[in-house]
Amino acid sequence: MQQRGMTADDDLRSFCEREITALLDRLFGTALRLTRNRSDAEDLVADTVVKVLDKLPGLRDRSCFAGWIFRILYNTYTSQCRARSARREDALSSLQPADDEEGDAFWLFDRLHQPFLLWWGDQEQLFLDQLLAEDLVKAIDALPENYRIVVVLADIEGFSYQEIATTLDLPVGTVRSRLARGRSRLQKALWDHAQAAGLLSARQRPE
Amino acid sequence: MTKQIACEEALKNLLEYLDREIDAEQSQQMDRHLSTCRSCYSRMEFEKRLRSHVKAAGKQEVSERLKSRIDRLFADKGR
Repeated sequence: MQQRGMTADDDLRSFCEREITALLDRLFGTALRLTRNRSDAEDLVADTVVKVLDKLPGLRDRSCFAGWIFRILYNTYTSQCRARSARREDALSSLQPADDEEGDAFWLFDRLHQPFLLWWGDQEQLFLDQLLAEDLVKAIDALPENYRIVVVLADIEGFSYQEIATTLDLPVGTVRSRLARGRSRLQKALWDHAQAAGLLSARQRPE
Repeated sequence: MTKQIACEEALKNLLEYLDREIDAEQSQQMDRHLSTCRSCYSRMEFEKRLRSHVKAAGKQEVSERLKSRIDRLFADKGR
């Protein structure tokens, strides 16, 4: 409700500041997974806030604020990348995998259930218990950017496919397939990491 | 009565079921299948636990420095 003596613009501005403050951890988390660097992530969040404040009069539906600000964050990131890659003369698209790659839905679970794993306990729980947050973050950060952002928005931020499609300006089908491929790659990376770091017991390791 | 589905169909829908991206009828079919199929249930539980680990790993808290920077922006981009 608008407070007495407040104009509609003041009210919208107060709403926006409250929302940004409430979303700040999540915006920073997403910015950090995009930039993979804390200082760049802080700059990205600050640049996003400046744009949001400038564009605020154009906000039509307050209920879409979260999606709107994440969209501005992502667009700010991609335009910064384009400017940087134009300087480096390497196109961003050359680093992205093609969309026809197959996603293997249960890669890790199937791997943990191979016949050589003569395991009598809960091998999945054991595997998960040994993974550190740091290992997971490294695996997420190693994903190609077009898969990483979809995995972050779905699995960390909890957005629906439709919300992600709107945020990234992609068809829902593309979101669905990138999410499947991104998760599959993430599982493979976690398995490779577990093997390299010796996290798998002798029984779990292939001969 | 909810239609019974086979493991093949359950696995096809499992990830979207966890994402809550299937309709109510499919979701009921999945609930029913998972309540009777140990193999699909274990798979679902593993995917769910892995996701909760990913979600927890991705959570961040902003620094006091960024908080003050944003507060300054609110003040500078005056009303």
